[in-house]
Amino acid sequence: MGGPGWEDGLRRYQQEPSSPVRPFTVTGGRTTPRTHLAMETLVHSTIPPYQDISGLIPEYQAINTLCRQVRSVAEISALLRVPLGVARVLISDMAAEGLVQLHQPQLDAGKPDLNLLERVLSGLRRL
Amino acid sequence: MTDASAGIDDLGLIPRKTTTTVAMDFGRVSLDSELILYLFGTPGQHRFWFMWDDLVRGAIGAVVLVDTRRLADSFPAVDYFEEAKLPFVIGLNGWEGQYPHNEEEVRDALTLAPHIPIVRTDARQRESVKSTLISLVEHALTMRVSVPGRRG
Repeated sequence: MGGPGWEDGLRRYQQEPSSPVRPFTVTGGRTTPRTHLAMETLVHSTIPPYQDISGLIPEYQAINTLCRQVRSVAEISALLRVPLGVARVLISDMAAEGLVQLHQPQLDAGKPDLNLLERVLSGLRRL
Repeated sequence: MTDASAGIDDLGLIPRKTTTTVAMDFGRVSLDSELILYLFGTPGQHRFWFMWDDLVRGAIGAVVLVDTRRLADSFPAVDYFEEAKLPFVIGLNGWEGQYPHNEEEVRDALTLAPHIPIVRTDARQRESVKSTLISLVEHALTMRVSVPGRRG
């Protein structure tokens, strides 16, 4: 893994016609993740690039490929074209198996803190 | 379409990904070495509100993109963000520089409180989107600093 083959796999995965059945089949019908996952939670793969992951289900493989760089839960859902609820179940299962690491957002009572807002503002002005 | 939260893509300020399954546009932009801004765009129709509940949690704010030819379509979005106490600005979407209604007409029609900014924008133009987002973050900051407990 790590070669272009995996990128092809991801592309094939994304091009598959969307079906309402498959996403919730891979979650075993579950719609609630085992841990609470905010959609901005950041995810990155803990599987070394040289490790063989052909034994993993295609969804895990696709998430693993995406998360070689840090991605948010929302982004994974959008890129894989699976409903957010399905992405949450899959990602929290992968986290429980140690396949990905999660970075939960730090929010001041659910709101971005002032310092963060100021950083965003100056970042936007520099664009 | 309504942009809740914040983010964008690496190439510009226009979200690049449209996903019909989850009905969400998504984009991100790196603001500095450790800060990524995310933008989520969702349709304004009521049937997509279940997604908004997720999007507003932890979000900086929202831009309600208003088509002045169909102002009434924006009423529910405005109500929603007022109710959610999420800072929001109204983005008047213009086409080819044409804005058939001025800000005061729109403020009256939407019965918007005077402190809520209305900005002219063209969602297809990078600079225009950028300045709209700057207005939103400035507004969010003002709400946090000057009126604790009251936001929007």
